[in-house]
Order: sequence, then structure tokens, then C-alpha cells
Amino acid sequence: MSGYAPHTAADVAAMLGAIGVDSVDALFAQVPTSLRARARLELPPGLTEPELRQRMAALAARNGGPGAPVAFLGAGAYPHVVPALVDQILMRSEFATAYTPYQPEVSQGTLQAVFEFQTFVATLLGLDVANASMYDGASATAEAVLMARRMLPGRRVVWMARALHPQYRAVVATYVRSLGDVELREIPVAADGRTDVAAVTDRIGSDALCVVLGYPNVFGVIDDVAAAAACARAAGALTITVSTEPLALALVRSPGALGADIAVAEGQSFGLPVSYGGPGVGLFATRDRHVRNMPGRIVGETVDAQGRRGFVLTLATREQHIRRERATSNICTNQGLCALAVTAYLSLLGRNGLRELAEVNYRTAHAVAARLEAAGVPRRWRAPFFNEFVVRAPDAAARWEAIAGERGVIAGFPLGRWYPELPDALLVCATEVHGPEQIDRLVGALACGGRRRRAAEG
Amino acid sequence: MLLDEPLIFERGSPGRTGWRPPPAPDGAPDGAVEELPAALRREDALAGLPEVSELEVLRHFVRLSQWNYSAATTFYPLGSCTMKYNPVVNEEIARLPGFAGLHPLVPEAFAQGALELLAGLEAALAAISGLDAVCLQPAAGAQGELLGMQVIRAHHVAQGNPRRRVLIPASAHGTNPASAALCGYEVVEVPVSARGLLEAAAVATVADESVAALMITNPNTLGLFEEEIEAVAATVHARGGLVYMDGANMNALMGIAKPGDMGVDVMQFNLHKTFSTPHGGGGPGAGPIAVRAVLADYLPVPRLARRDGRLAWLEEAPRSVGRVRSFYGNFAILVRAFAYIARLGGPGLEEVTRLAVLNANYLRARLAGVYHLAYDTPSLHECVFSDRLLQEHDVHTLDVAKRLLDYGFYAPTIYFPLVVKGALMIEPTETETKETLDEFVAALRAIAEEARTDPARVRNAPHRTRLARLDETRAARRPVLRWRPSVR
Repeated sequence: MSGYAPHTAADVAAMLGAIGVDSVDALFAQVPTSLRARARLELPPGLTEPELRQRMAALAARNGGPGAPVAFLGAGAYPHVVPALVDQILMRSEFATAYTPYQPEVSQGTLQAVFEFQTFVATLLGLDVANASMYDGASATAEAVLMARRMLPGRRVVWMARALHPQYRAVVATYVRSLGDVELREIPVAADGRTDVAAVTDRIGSDALCVVLGYPNVFGVIDDVAAAAACARAAGALTITVSTEPLALALVRSPGALGADIAVAEGQSFGLPVSYGGPGVGLFATRDRHVRNMPGRIVGETVDAQGRRGFVLTLATREQHIRRERATSNICTNQGLCALAVTAYLSLLGRNGLRELAEVNYRTAHAVAARLEAAGVPRRWRAPFFNEFVVRAPDAAARWEAIAGERGVIAGFPLGRWYPELPDALLVCATEVHGPEQIDRLVGALACGGRRRRAAEG
Repeated sequence: MLLDEPLIFERGSPGRTGWRPPPAPDGAPDGAVEELPAALRREDALAGLPEVSELEVLRHFVRLSQWNYSAATTFYPLGSCTMKYNPVVNEEIARLPGFAGLHPLVPEAFAQGALELLAGLEAALAAISGLDAVCLQPAAGAQGELLGMQVIRAHHVAQGNPRRRVLIPASAHGTNPASAALCGYEVVEVPVSARGLLEAAAVATVADESVAALMITNPNTLGLFEEEIEAVAATVHARGGLVYMDGANMNALMGIAKPGDMGVDVMQFNLHKTFSTPHGGGGPGAGPIAVRAVLADYLPVPRLARRDGRLAWLEEAPRSVGRVRSFYGNFAILVRAFAYIARLGGPGLEEVTRLAVLNANYLRARLAGVYHLAYDTPSLHECVFSDRLLQEHDVHTLDVAKRLLDYGFYAPTIYFPLVVKGALMIEPTETETKETLDEFVAALRAIAEEARTDPARVRNAPHRTRLARLDETRAARRPVLRWRPSVR
């Protein structure tokens, strides 16, 4: 037995006596014996704590350790330094082991932190108001489309950029399928890697519900949100931006300033490790006038019986526990602790550190792109990018996994897996975690293929 | 004493920086950022973000943390939420660099440890549920419900008709009807019996060929095992419908009954409840679903499969409902749940259920008569009382909940389930000692006594917390949902 349950034999006997039964088994008398007879769990016996640590460390070591390849991978999960302070705050049991703050008098820590989180998110996305977080960027995108539908119930066409992260598009498809009449249409990629809004402008009509595009998009390109928003507005549709790498927003114009009605993002970059893809946290913001259509929990400021400032969950009449099947969303929990990580991270870096970090990312990625270019590995597109870009590297794309083993570097992500029309493309992400030696290794691995190709062509 | 603390935006001084990143590598040109066209550059230079020191940030959040009750600081008997001890060793394990630093898109050869863990967790959840296939992708119970209903819908569509209605007992979680509605289904509420149970006869009167599924919570939100579950499931199956079980209350069932044996076709687990991952102030959780083999083809992509002696993700599955999130789920939460299951093992999990039910029944026995027991039917892992015996003193459930905070306990779930007026839903979990339960009983008895002798003291509670009751009406009428610079 693990020891997590504290009962002594004497406790059990005394408790059974108080209940008035003579065995623990008797407490399950209402469960049919037909079920109980087959209920034994076919699982191995438990481990001691040292055994558990050893087993888990062995599993973790099979993923990496000192000899693991260096990854220049982004594509929806971004490697960034997590300052020691952030994890220290997440380890505070008072935050980690509380639940949704139903009793505000004894949950002010969580509630004030969420209020601060909402302020950070709204500020960064350039909008008025944010919710207390969603599961991740992808489901936040789907919830944004559902919200658009509540605001414009008569419209049924969702225009999604092909350059929006394909997993996000897949999640939107799952969420809207059961609405029955919603149709997903694609906005193609232009010759420069941006979303080609012009190509579909004359088809975005009065049946358009919303235009959804990545910012930056999945190729790392800083997409033209203003053009998309103008086009959507002309058709009476809403504009939804999706930032898988919201650190970019410290440098580039905010979605709100460019005309987005709803802006969502994946907040993992702000203080959370990549953790094999989760948990992250969905950031969700919109304009004041839409707040009652916004999904998810929201914290608001108020006062207590003695007039002191305090915070509570509010606007709950939108939610499932009150409205049941008429709720704006079925969301019950959010990503509380991940939202806390974002709040602590953005507090710590603040206005100056965040700007500086974004610049370091921009400069690092551009320096890597320039070195690759010089080594014969050109960028696929010329449009502006942030910390991620696409190169043409047919050999490396084809031998991606082998190169990781041979040269100790995961040289970006082979986009052909998501975009069959890009079989020779690698999506390379470089951030502040990538040092000079690692960059040399990347350039060496990719330049080798570039040289071979040039030699063959020559 | 609990110290005051302003918003982080109200601290600091212009020009201060709490944390600076490492510099860009040599060769990265200084002026590179200026290449960005002016029309693309940030418009406000991030005005409004704080400018504070590292110590200011640490102090800020440590102070805030001290304003919280949590499972680590106090008994947290929140019904239906299973606020058990969250083993601290699992925090250490989830932070191992081989897990935390693993990028989701590395070649599978470099993620075999993670994939083995996920495969192991899938197998364990299949064993516990008595079902055949598991998907770990959903980020929370409600997302698991949504996915489960999508799978059910896909099954019916493949049979030629998505069907129209979903049956939900009046005692269901609020998320159930919301999830069914999100899948485009019309919700039909089925009444529960005078004993608080769903009867096969009641289901038979509404179950027809238009019913896609019955969504049932077992044990239900009253803590009662649905004794007729097998007959209920057979009734739904006979008309081609499927049975979805909300697995929020699995803490009552391990080693006692498997959903697959009950006739359940699809269920979700709440790993943050039964399997001890920290609730995090409201997430992150994880809500994996388990299904019968006949439904496995509809599960989301990617699927974990063994290929050439190693584990790999399969992206192609023509009948799949798609995805409900990016990548593979809340991996760091799945790590903790796997560690918990490995630590306890089969016998340990069975013991968890036995002791959770013992603790709940002990509380029920000690409080019966002091508070009104909503249903006399034997209950499992939680018990539901009401404020009926206090009403003559004009003391209500909310007052009892607030007064409990003064005694150093978090409040039970209140006013839920809706089938009990003024409900107090108490779930102690297995990790509480008899002494703690006795202290909690003493507090609730004292509050019942106060309701008679000094009802105003209960009605005006809490008295010992940092803030008194908060004005929720004002918050909703005049929403202030963020700090703004002009307020400073």
C-alpha cells in the first residue's frame, strides 16, 4: 500500500462502528454482485517511492538526456527559457491544489491572479477584455468560431487560412461539425507565404461568418491581418486571429489594432515548458461589446461587505452550471495553473524584458536564416517573419529523422507531413535557447545537403 | 496576519526589469528589428505591462497564495471534485527534463519513453474501465464529454442517422447537457425516483429510435450507485442507442464495478479527480475517454500504435472524428496520473475506493440528524445533505458554507445537485484522517447549534477570512474585468 491513505485498523473499526456495519464490503451492498464479481483490477502491484522515481527517470531518459539532439522545432510549441521564479510560484501548493474559486473569500489569491491574467491577455492582444483561459490555442480557436456563430447566427461560412496551423483547423472542424450547416472554406497561401485574402475577396459574401488566420501563421510569417479584417468587415463577418507564438506580439502590431474582433493565442511560450505538447493555455480576448457572448470563466472586480476591493467569478449566467444546455460553452475548468504561469512570467519580464526577449528571438532567427542562406539553404518565402521560417532543403527534409541521429540536430520540421505541396520545406524555429554551438550544428547539417545539391546541379 | 497586496500593475517603477533574456548570439545584427516595416510594428510599446523586480514579483505571488484555501492547507470537501492529496513526488517526476523539455514534434525514435508512458496509461485506463480503447487527448472532463458525444454521433451517422435526442437524468452534471447541446443534440431530462435513482422503467418510457445516447453519471451526483444500470443500458441498447458514462466519480468504483460490465459504451475519466493530479485553481486537468472496440475507429488522431517494435503516432484514420486539441493531450498531467497509478498499483487503487467510501459513509452517519439527509438510499463516495433543518432559523446552505470557512474548512459543493433544494454535497476522499473528519463534524454541529442560538453570526459569516462576503451582484451589473492604466 502506498501510504497516501492514512487509516489504521483501529480507525477502520471505529468508523465502521459509527456507521453500524461490520465490514467495508457491506458499504457496497447496493452494487449488483454480477458487477462486483468481475471488478478486480488487472494491474500490477504498486511501487515504493524510490522504485517509482527510478522507473519514471528511466522512461524520461529514453526521450533525451545529455545526448539528445538539439531541436529547432516550433510549429505550435516553442522552446523558451522558463525563469526559475515562475516554476517556484507554480509549486506553491496554495495555488496548485485549490480548485475553481467557488468560495471567493478564501480564493482571493487565485482570483486576483486571474484578474491580472485577463489584463495581460487583453493588453497583449490589443483588445478590451479576456477570459480566464481556455484549454489550449486550438480549442480557443474553435470556441472563437462558436462565439462568432452566436453573434451572427444566420451566417454559415467559416473562411480559414490554409496557413493556419493544421491541427487548429482540425479542431475547428471537430467543434463545428455538429452545428450541421457550417461550411469551412480555405483561403490559399500567396506566393510570399502570406494568406492570400485577395484571391477570395470576391467570394467572401453575406453568408460569411468569420475569417480566421494565424498571426504569425504556421510558416512563421507575419500575416496581413489588416487586409483580412477589411475584407471580413466589408462582408459583415468577424475577424479572428490566432497566435501560436504570442511572443511575436511584443514586436508586431496587436490583433486589436489591426481590426480583429476576437484574438486567441496559445500561451505556452509564456513560462510553460513544451512538455510534449501540453498542457498549454488558450488566451482569448475580444471587444467589450461582445463580452456576454464570450465563452469560459471570467473574473471581475467588486467589493466585500466592508467596501474592500476583491474579486469574484462573474457573468456566470453564460455558463453551463446555470444554463445547462443553453450555455455559451460546456467549459467547466480552465487552465488555472497555466494561466498563473503566464501571469507570473509576464509580470517578471514586464514591459522591458518582454520587448527585449522578442528582439532576441527576432535577431537570433534572422541571423540563423542569413547563415543558412549563405550556406545555400534559401528561405522559401520573402515575407517578414518572427522567430520561425521555412527553408528549401529537399535532402534534409527527406532524411530528417536520420540527420537527427547522425548529426545530433533536429533541423526544423518537415512541412511535407502537413502540406503535401511543400515536400522540400523545413520549418525552422530559433529562440533564445539556441546558442552559437547549436546554431553551428544546424547550419552544418543543412549546408551539407545544400552543398551536395549544388555540386550535383553544377 | 494576511498582508495586503495591490495588483501587479500598481507596483513597480518605469525602467525597472525583473528578468532579462540571454543576449542574441554573435553575428545577430543589432538593427535587425528595424527592418520590420513600421506598419507592422507594435503600436503601444507594451504600455500597461508592469516594470517590477524579481523580488517584487516573488513577494506579490507568495502573498496572493496565502489568501487561498487549498487541499494542501485545509480539508477541501468539495463534492464531485475529489480533492484528494496530490502526491508531491509526481510534481518532481513531471518536471524531469526528459518529459518537460520534450518537443511534441521530435522524431518518434527520440520520444519512445513518452510514448511508452502514454501506452501504459491507455492500458491502465482500459483495465479500470473494462472498455477496449482509450484516447488521452481531451484536456478536461468537459472536453472528454464533448469528444465522447462526437464519437457517439459519428457512430450513428455511420449507421445512416445521427439521431436527435440525448437522455440525461435530472441528477446529471451541468456539463452533460451543455456537451450534448454542443454536439447538436436535443436534451431530454429523465426524472429520478424518490430514492434518487434512475429507473429502467422511466428510461423505457422515453427511449425510442430517436435517442442517440443516454448520459449517466455513476455513482450519480447524489453519491448513489445506479442499481438498475445494467437494465437501463439494455433498454437504451435495445433501441440502438448508446450509453455515455460521466466518469467524474470513478473514485467510488475501482475494484467495485467496471463501466464496461455495466453496459457503458463510452466514458471519460477526470484524471485530476480520481488520479490525483493537482486541480491547479481550475485546471489543467485531463479527460481521457474510453470506448468499446466497436467505437474505436472514431477516436481522434493521432493514434498510438506499435510498429516495427517501437511506438509511433498514426495520423491516418478515415473514420476518426478528428482532433479536439493540438498534439497529444495534457502530457504533463498524464505523466502525473501514470505515476499515481504505478505507485498504487491495482490493489492500492482498490483500497482507495474502499477507504473513500468508508470516509464518506462515516461523515454521513455522524451528520445524519444534524443536517437533513436528502436521500436515505445508501451512498458511496459522497453524501448530500440540505439546509431543511435550519430554515426555521432563516439560515441557509450558503450561510453554512461561509461559516465553515471560519472554522478552517473549505466549503462543500453547494446548491448542487439541483434535485436537492439547498444541497450541501460532501466528498471527503480517502486521504483524510478520521481526526480531520471528526473536526469537520464538530464544526458542522457547532454551526447547526449557532443557527439556533446566534443565527446572525452564521448569516454574516465569514468573520475570520481576509475579506467578508463579496458583492457578486455588483460584479455582474457593472463588470470590471481588467485593470486599466487610467485607474492608477
